[in-house]
Formats: sequence, structure tokens, C-alpha cells
Amino acid sequence: MVLAAADRAAVRALWKKLNNVGVYTAEALERPFLAFPSTKVYFLHLDLNPGSAQVKAHGRKVADALTLAVDRLDDLPRALSALRELHTDRLRVDPVNFKLLCHCLLVTLARHYPGDFSPALQASLHKFLSHVISALAPDCR
Amino acid sequence: MVLSATDKTNVKAAWGKVGGQAGAHGAEALERMFLGFPTTKTYFPHFDLSHGSAQVKAHGEKVANALTKAVEHLDDLPSALSKESDLHAHKLRVDPVNFKLLSHCLLVTLAAHHPSDFTPAVHASLDKFLANVSTVLTSKYR
Repeated sequence: MVLAAADRAAVRALWKKLNNVGVYTAEALERPFLAFPSTKVYFLHLDLNPGSAQVKAHGRKVADALTLAVDRLDDLPRALSALRELHTDRLRVDPVNFKLLCHCLLVTLARHYPGDFSPALQASLHKFLSHVISALAPDCR
Repeated sequence: MVLSATDKTNVKAAWGKVGGQAGAHGAEALERMFLGFPTTKTYFPHFDLSHGSAQVKAHGEKVANALTKAVEHLDDLPSALSKESDLHAHKLRVDPVNFKLLSHCLLVTLAAHHPSDFTPAVHASLDKFLANVSTVLTSKYR
């Protein structure tokens, strides 16, 4: 599955509009902790209460990684290889959790950019995130 | 997955706010699903699936009405949705995975139209509600 030119353009255009990706990724992290409690199991060392500074900090890490991914759409496996090692080899994150975070990220972006969040953009973003997930958890697709 | 008292309150409040837009939201969720997950189109070969299609609008209304009925019968979903359950499982034979896809698209649609109401807690309650509805609709699949 290659990301088509139209999808890339859509994702890049949206990413340019986002003025503080960390805010959205922090919210996207907060949502699965409430809706899908099993996701908390990977963060027992963090304060997971709403507004937690640690979740905000982790949100910024996720934001930086996604921004890197947007910049390296042609070479995701290599761009994200260190993160793949971290999530799959070291943390052994069950891949289902990436899809849950993906869902929560789409919901978060839809809330904040409703006018932009057309069905076509949603589809492009979902494809982009699926590629990121493939790069982070290649054996489980 | 049992809906707590808080979940039921959240779902009723959220659906109440949706009000008359439920049909339009249902149609938009379907459109998002057809575009994002093209395999779902296989169940609608008889429909015009282009943007603004009258058939998709009408189907959105049906979905919305069923969900409204579900919200009114949160304590008894299996019997309230028994006809829809028979339809989807026995007649249409919809693979259960598709209900998750529509649920996802419904939540995205609601988030886009009601951003300030779509708190993490309300999101969680609605997700549980839709999961329960999906379970009922797929219960007779096999």
C-alpha cells in the first residue's frame, strides 16, 4: 500500500495548519486512557489524571514523531526504525493499541478542525496513520 | 460491557443535543465509512454512493432512527433491536468487523459537529454504547 500523491498532499496541507500538534496528541492520548483502559497498562509509571504534565510531555513526543513521519513519507520504515525498536522490541506494545490511538487522534483532529475534516481528508489521514502503524509494528499487519 | 449510570446519562445527553441532525450525521458517517474503508461498499451495490446521494441520506435517517430507538431502550437493547439484528445477521450477512468501522466514523462525525460536548468521558460512553449496539446487531451472525 503506497500513499498516493493526493493523500500525501492532503496530510501535508493539514499538518501545516496545525499550530501546536502537541496539544492534539496529548488529548488523543487522554481519550484512550478513558475509553480503552487497557491502554493504560503501558503507562503505569505516569500520572494519567486529566491535565497531567507527564501526558502532555508524552503528547509532545508523539507529535514530534508524527511530524517526522509527515516529512519522511517516502521512507517511513527507516525514519521510524528507532521507534519501531522501542515499541515492538522493547515495550512489546500490543499492535491493537496503535489502532485505538489512531482512532482517538482522528476524533481529536475532527473536533478541532471540523471545517477541514472532510470524508476525503479523514480517509487520507487514516491511510497515513496506517502506514505509520505498519512502520512501528511491521510483523502484525 | 455494561453501561454505567454515568454512561447512560452521557449518551442520552449527547444524543439529545444531536436532535434533528441525527439523520444528517448518520448519512455523513456512512459517507466517511465508504471513503475511508472501501470494502464496506460491497454491501451497497444497489446504491448510488456519490457525495450527496439521496439513497445514502435516506439510509442515514434509518441508521439514526435505529440509534434513537437504542438510546431510548438502553436497558433492553437486545429486544429493542431484535428486528435490526435479524436483518443484519440473517438477511444482509454483514461481517461483524464493519460495525466497528461505522462506529468509528459516527464518533468522528459527532466530534466534528459537537466539539465542545465531545469530552473524553462522553467519547468513552458513546463508544461503549455503540459497541453494545454492534454486539446486539452481530449476535445472530453465527
